[in-house]
Order: sequence, then structure tokens, then C-alpha cells
Amino acid sequence: MASVRPLHRAPTSEPPTLHARAMDNLAFIRDTMEAAGSFTAVSGWGMVAVGIIATIAATVASAQHSVLRSIYVWIAAAVLAPCVMLWAIVRKARRAHVPLLSGPGRKFLLSFSPPMLVGALLVLYRAGVVVAIPGTWLLLYGTAVVAGGAFSVRIVPVMGICFMLAGTLALFTPSTWNDWIMAAAFGGLHIAFGIPIGWRHGG
Amino acid sequence: MRGKSDGVGASSGRADALDRLIHERLRLGIVSALAVNDSLSFSDLKKLMKTTDGNLSVHARKLEEADYITCTKSFEGRMPKTEYKLTALGRRALERYLDHMEALIRATRER
Repeated sequence: MASVRPLHRAPTSEPPTLHARAMDNLAFIRDTMEAAGSFTAVSGWGMVAVGIIATIAATVASAQHSVLRSIYVWIAAAVLAPCVMLWAIVRKARRAHVPLLSGPGRKFLLSFSPPMLVGALLVLYRAGVVVAIPGTWLLLYGTAVVAGGAFSVRIVPVMGICFMLAGTLALFTPSTWNDWIMAAAFGGLHIAFGIPIGWRHGG
Repeated sequence: MRGKSDGVGASSGRADALDRLIHERLRLGIVSALAVNDSLSFSDLKKLMKTTDGNLSVHARKLEEADYITCTKSFEGRMPKTEYKLTALGRRALERYLDHMEALIRATRER
């Protein structure tokens, strides 16, 4: 007759701690949000703020007596606006408990940066041809938004296409229209697209 | 319907305050996915959560009963379409849940 052996439980690993479970839950939420593919790394309300800065810049620039001076106004706005946008993006990522450079944020930045860098270089290179600067800015900003927007909600690349159209218009219309086209694009488009993004996509 | 989420808002300690309704993995996934989308269809959620029709229906119904999500049924041509949206109550519940998880992590680190 076979001998009966006492049943020994195999040593099990310790149950996960509360801390580990909490970390795991946060990671799950973040992964799900990223997989849902709709977390906009860009901040809609940040866009609205940038739109307001651009509208003010357009008003001040149009009051200048030379094209070069109005370009200086736009350069000041171009320095201020990214700072405001960066602050809004950090705030949005913190509120959503999503690391700034994880998933969509990193992809957006990697796609958005090259056209912006090219835009900055072209502006420096063609500084003498100031009338071409607004069109160049708008076209390359639009390209950057379309490229970065591929990893965001559909509304973001649509906004990029609108910027590219505005850039095309700026290149093929009299330079006296430039301030108004810049106001309509950097001001109007940011506000018009920023509100639905902020409203529907977490800030 | 709010009472369906056991223990929400209870003041007697951290464990009681945990919203068990969204603590369940699939329901937490549904709420998280809807938090970053205006709306999602039944089939979107099914693909995203890699689950079955029946399982998704059951868990979505529980969230709907708690007023965490809304469900709209319509037809796209001849095809029935079910769309889910997160309510303000559901968003607040997710935010509370996230705060709760972070508080747990902080508390452990402070020990």
C-alpha cells in the first residue's frame, strides 16, 4: 500500500504590497489612456492662451511702421508663447497623472521638433527676406502640428492643415496682409481649436 | 445609484474610501479610456480592453447604473451602434481613485 505523505504547500512568494498594487494600478491607467490613443500631449487651454498672445502681437505688430519692427514683435510673441504652452502642457500632464514624456508626449515632441527647427533655421537664413517669414513660419508650424498630431486626436492634424493653408495664403498674397493672416492663424486657429481640445480632451 | 460604488466617500480610513466600483480592472480600464476620449463605441472599447461582448456589457452596465458613464444606442445605416461617454461623476470618481493610489504610494514611502 502506498504511503500517505503529508501535503506541504509550496512556498509562495509574498503577496504584493499595497504600494506595489497602487503602482500597478497607476501604470494600468496610464497604459490604457495611452492605448486609447487620444490623450493629447498638447494643451487645449494652452492653445487658447497662445491664441490670445498672438492676437495681441498682431495688433501691436500692425501698428508698427516697418515690416522689420513688426517681425520683432512676432519674435517676442514666439518666445513667450512656447513658455506659456510648456507650462500648460506640464500642468495637463500632471492633472492626468501622465508622465510628460511618456507615449504620446514623446512621440508628439519627436515629430513636432524637426519642422520647427527647420523653420527657425530658415527664418535665420532668410532674415533679409522678411516678407517671406510669416508664410515660412505658418507652413512649417502647420507641418509640425500635422506630424505631431498623427499621434494625437484627429482635431490636432486638422489644425495643422489649416495652418499650412494660412501659410500658403501668406506666401501668395501681398505682404501687407501678413499681420492679419498671422492674427487669423496664430490667434484665431489656436483659440478655435484650443477650446474643443481643452473641453473634450482633458484640458 | 451612487450607492453602487461601495464605500465612496466613507470617512473611516483609506481602505473604506476606495471606490470598489472602478477598482475592478475592466471597469477601471473603461473609465480610463473614456477619460481621454469624448466618446467610444462598444467595439472600440472591446478592442481596447481585449475582452468579450458579454464581459464588457456586464461591466459597462454597472458603470452606467452608477451614473459614471452614459450609453447611447443608435443606428449607423442598418448597423446598431452603442456609444459610451464618461459623466462628470465618473471623471470625479477616477480623479479620486488616482488621488487614492498616489496617497497609498506616498504613505508607504514615508514609512
